[in-house]
Amino acid sequence: MSSPVFSLEALVSAPISVDAMRAKLQEGGCSSTSCGSSAKPDEMPEDVWDKIKDHPCYSEEAHHYFARMHVAVAPACNIQCNYCNRKYDCANESRPGVVSEKLTPDQALRKVVTVANEVPQLSVLGIAGPGDSCYDWKKTKATFDAVSREIPDIKLCLSTNGLALPDHVDEIAEMNVDHVTVTINMVDPEIGAKIYPWIFHQHKRYTGVEAARILHERQMLSLEMLRDRGILVKVNSVMIPGINDEHLLDVNAWVKERGAFLHNVMPLISAPEHGTHFGLTGQRGPTAMELKALQDKLEGGAKLMRHCRQCRADAVGLLGEDRGQEFTLDQLPAQIRYDPSKRAAYREVVAHERGDHQVNKQAVVAQLRALGAEQTLLVAVATKGGGRINEHFGHAKEFQVYEAGPGGVTFVGHRKVDSYCLGGFGEDATLDGVIAALEGVEVVLCAKIGDCPKESLEAAGIRATDRYALDYIEAAIGAVYAEQFGRRVTDAPLMLSA
Amino acid sequence: MALKIIASQCTVCGACEFECPNGAIRMKGDIYIVDPKKCTECDGQFDEPQCAAVCPVPNTCVKAAPAA
Ligand code: SF4
Ligand code: SF4
Ligand code: SF4
Repeated sequence: MSSPVFSLEALVSAPISVDAMRAKLQEGGCSSTSCGSSAKPDEMPEDVWDKIKDHPCYSEEAHHYFARMHVAVAPACNIQCNYCNRKYDCANESRPGVVSEKLTPDQALRKVVTVANEVPQLSVLGIAGPGDSCYDWKKTKATFDAVSREIPDIKLCLSTNGLALPDHVDEIAEMNVDHVTVTINMVDPEIGAKIYPWIFHQHKRYTGVEAARILHERQMLSLEMLRDRGILVKVNSVMIPGINDEHLLDVNAWVKERGAFLHNVMPLISAPEHGTHFGLTGQRGPTAMELKALQDKLEGGAKLMRHCRQCRADAVGLLGEDRGQEFTLDQLPAQIRYDPSKRAAYREVVAHERGDHQVNKQAVVAQLRALGAEQTLLVAVATKGGGRINEHFGHAKEFQVYEAGPGGVTFVGHRKVDSYCLGGFGEDATLDGVIAALEGVEVVLCAKIGDCPKESLEAAGIRATDRYALDYIEAAIGAVYAEQFGRRVTDAPLMLSA
Repeated sequence: MALKIIASQCTVCGACEFECPNGAIRMKGDIYIVDPKKCTECDGQFDEPQCAAVCPVPNTCVKAAPAA
């Protein structure tokens, strides 16, 4: 592509200078006619778009630009899930519920302000465990109140099992919480009993099917109450093979009927060393392709979320990354003042960039439709954000997977890998792991790749190239697709201009 | 009579603290303790000791052996 190479990453790497960001914005100029155009997808109502456009978890598009952070302030919980073990506490693990430190609301405020000053992409503050944000409500509320006084434009987001939510839904609405995530794994209490050994509700512990029935009723009530107040609801479900995998089709239908805006099906994570009930009893999680098959089946129900990273409950940064360890309590300043300038400048830059990106994406869709090919192609991309191919193969901790087909280029998920190259060395064993993680993928696009890993990938039937370094993801994938499946209309192969 | 918390098993989640109707549970250093003078075993208040009912770890809020 001929437009100036524009890397968001360069803008936000420390130390961040607002002037530099602004200068970059000027220099980028307005190369296309899209300047100021909105990135809103056509089928989405304006008010919904306003709520999600800067939320990395609610909008696949926004997750390229905006960052979230979670604070673990509400550790008490009112139910037990067979996939959770609250005794487990680890700095190196990445999965929901895992944290290395619990915070008081005051400590959380200090942490959020520190991050807001240093990570201009920050747009969302979430409370997502360990524990339940609505059950441990006083701490959740104290944290949200304090942070929104300091940083009024930050979006507040909470995750809950829904059992206690009806008791606090009016306060949630008053506090301007735009989004709530409810984890719903079943609508049939018989199935629920296999997932939840007990709940604690109205001063009593319930077990078995009775517990699951109460939980189910409260979850459905939660959805309805949230919908009536105009709060967007995302439903998370954990896919547990042999227990609720087929059943999630019913869950999808129920939650859609009650107005859930997004359905996020996450794979069960259960290793014996996590010490969870499922981990200890050998309940396995689904493979990436099993998960994709279920998600494909669910398509057409409540809209599916495919970019969830199952973040740690104290994660900080863009979705594919976790900078949590840079902001542990001992590294926070004792006194801190919020400085909005970097976040404001970043927003200006992004508004411009994402308009371009969207126009580019729409062009790709039109071009793929025009091709008239019927095949689909799975492509993995190494990216650091900004919607571009801008990560080295060897540095990637995950690949974002897209499916190109007659309808355009759609995001279908991500695959986590151990970085192939740590400190300059490529480890063969790690490369095997990367190849295994890329099951089903035919093409890998990255900013740079060495000959060695390239050949190994080729031997495994995966083509890798850095030809599209720094291009927009969709444009590059469209070009690869056209090259492979484009009919020769004239003598020249159909070309896509990026 | 009173309940006590087995500190080595406790996850310090704090659920017991805010369920206790008598304010008998508080943090001492890094652990939660039950004040035996305040604990009534929830007798007359609830069907079961609230701390034990809400605690996620089995056998962590248990009856203290009666003082000899
Ligand atoms: S766990 Fe999923 S929903 Fe929650 S912040 Fe991470 S990506 Fe978003
Ligand atoms: S038994 Fe009841 S009164 Fe005693 S510590 Fe537990 S919750 Fe408090
Ligand atoms: S509820 Fe149990 S685990 Fe939680 S703080 Fe009390 S004793 Fe510890």
